Amino acid sequence: MTAAAVNDIEFRSVSKRYGEVLAVSGIDVAVPKGAFVALLGPSGCGKTTCLRMIGGFEQPSEGTVLIDGQPMNGVPPYRRPVNMVFQHYALFPHLDVEANVSYGLRQRRPRIERREVAKRTAQALELVRLGGFAKRRVHEMSGGQQQRVALARAIVNRPAVLLLDEPLAALDRKLRTAMQIELQSLQRELGITFLLVTHDQEEALSMSDYVCVMNAGQIVQMAPPQEVYDRPRTLFVADFVGKTNRLSGTVEAGGTTLRLGDGRALPVVAQTPGAVTAVLRPEAIRLDRGECSERMDALGGTVTHRIFLGNAVEYAVAIDGLGEMLVTADRSAARDPAEPGERVNLSFKPESLLVFPA
Amino acid sequence: MATRAGTRHRFVTAALAAPAALWMLVFLVLPFVAMLVFAFGRRAPEGGYLPGFTFEQFLNLPARAAAFGNTLMLAPAGALLCLLVAYPVAYYLAVKAAPRHRLVLVSLIVVPFWTSLLVRTYAWMYILGSRGLPNLLSTIGLPDLRMLNTPGAVLVGIVYGYLPLMIMPIYVSLEKLDRRLLDASADLGARPVSTFLGITLPLSLPGVMTGVALVTILLLGEYLIPQLLGGGKVFFIGNALVDLFLQSRNWPFGSAIAVTLVLVVVVVLTVAMRIAWRFAGTRRVDLV
Ligand SMILES: Nc1ncnc2c1ncn2[C@@H]1O[C@H](COP(=O)(O)OP(=O)(O)O)[C@@H](O)[C@H]1O
Ligand SMILES: [Mg+2]
Repeated sequence: MTAAAVNDIEFRSVSKRYGEVLAVSGIDVAVPKGAFVALLGPSGCGKTTCLRMIGGFEQPSEGTVLIDGQPMNGVPPYRRPVNMVFQHYALFPHLDVEANVSYGLRQRRPRIERREVAKRTAQALELVRLGGFAKRRVHEMSGGQQQRVALARAIVNRPAVLLLDEPLAALDRKLRTAMQIELQSLQRELGITFLLVTHDQEEALSMSDYVCVMNAGQIVQMAPPQEVYDRPRTLFVADFVGKTNRLSGTVEAGGTTLRLGDGRALPVVAQTPGAVTAVLRPEAIRLDRGECSERMDALGGTVTHRIFLGNAVEYAVAIDGLGEMLVTADRSAARDPAEPGERVNLSFKPESLLVFPA
Repeated sequence: MATRAGTRHRFVTAALAAPAALWMLVFLVLPFVAMLVFAFGRRAPEGGYLPGFTFEQFLNLPARAAAFGNTLMLAPAGALLCLLVAYPVAYYLAVKAAPRHRLVLVSLIVVPFWTSLLVRTYAWMYILGSRGLPNLLSTIGLPDLRMLNTPGAVLVGIVYGYLPLMIMPIYVSLEKLDRRLLDASADLGARPVSTFLGITLPLSLPGVMTGVALVTILLLGEYLIPQLLGGGKVFFIGNALVDLFLQSRNWPFGSAIAVTLVLVVVVVLTVAMRIAWRFAGTRRVDLV
């Protein structure tokens, strides 16, 4: 190979079977160098299996995993230029923090000089802001601190790719948010590729350059967070990456009208005619107080619940003849919020309606 | 604040602990006190015990130096040999064997325990005796070899008899070893040998120490194996005690030897646990 590979990791029609279970089915994906990629999907969809195939703990049943352009078939974990932050950290309980972090450096052959090991270990601990904790035992550390030890233990080796398996799942909300920001700046600082597994859509959207959405062993969409949220490729993605209101109906010949079950017609951006499920994000809906007009595309209804979200207000509105819809209004728009029981009128732009063939 | 609930709680605890405490008192503490009293007494002319306070019996200990020497050499040596054989077996069972085969394999190790050690050790007498292995070896032209009644024979018997006792605690500690730690070690660049030496071995040390301590302590009081396979040439303290209490009826001297043995066990155990803590790096050593 002459030219440097552009992708740090590449899956070429990779499948993984555990007996009868097809955990990963025919995945093709490329992780560009230096990117922060989030692998997002529900529990059991095969995310960990993908990471373990990159780490070398599992061999693909079919296909090839490439790291930095090199096929990895049969290459054992200890010869792969990647490091992993394990789901429950997997810190060595019999070693102190320093010995945990320096473990990888001490495995190198030819040996790295002692002083150098100590120096790099201290740097890594400094980087995760655990400077004073070198001699602590790992079980004396809090969850958040253990998390950072695990991080330091991996990055001290300067891997080409850092694999993170639900690294923040065990932390409380506030700590998680802080760690999200820390991870992001750490990735910028180090300039190495991060592949982070998560089932938390908010985490995936907020941290990564690319979100790779998985479902049932397959990759459904890989795109920047904005695109995944605004232009989900399937109904599954739309549902998984955010709140949705679903409407079933038929796109009429001409492709610009969506006829709902109750006869109501809504304008849509040009679509192929046929039966569809349309999805509307709660924040794409505008809520006006007052009685609804008689227009066919108007959605009139009654507020049933109001939930205060801090920065926004969420309404549940029972639409006449259609069922309940969620509407999110930010607070500035809701200075004078509608009360439960009040009649309201909902409207939205045609391009906010995401349409999927049923 | 001593609440009623607190008092009741303490009462329940005491009630639960009572049977065990009573057992220990009757079968452990009282006999030991009796032994202490005997050890400082004199031998009655016709055997048995005369009250008194003398160190005579302890000054006599060198007379049984051979028994002490054999025991203190062969018991730890036997335990270590046991360990060398047991560790790979336990490792295979806990780490390598398919989980669905484990139960069968573990029972294969335990089942021989259901027949008497006496019978099984007798079998070794024939195997190592002149009509056994030595005979077989001489037919293929090797020089005549005496196997029975040697330290080697006693060690063979020890390893054979105590193997399951060594395998079990090691198996348990390896079994509960978190496999993800092995993955993590490999992920950090450790070759399988380094992972074994750096992770698996240290984390199984509590099991190893338990096994070694258990087997060593039992061996310090061993009687049967040296009796059958050592044939009066290789004898342990246990054999000396049988001799003194049942044959020559020298209770005070026997007691002095027994007391010394207990002291040796306590010292050995304390030192071993200290070392185990140091290595395992935890303040807690699980006894199985
Ligand atoms: N070692 C294994 N043996 C058998 N089945 C497994 C094994 N590991 C994972 N699976 C199965 O493969 C599927 C994907 O698992 P996993 O990759 O852990 O999902 P995720 O990390 O997305 O929650 C699940 O159905 C799981 O039960
Ligand atoms: Mg997982």
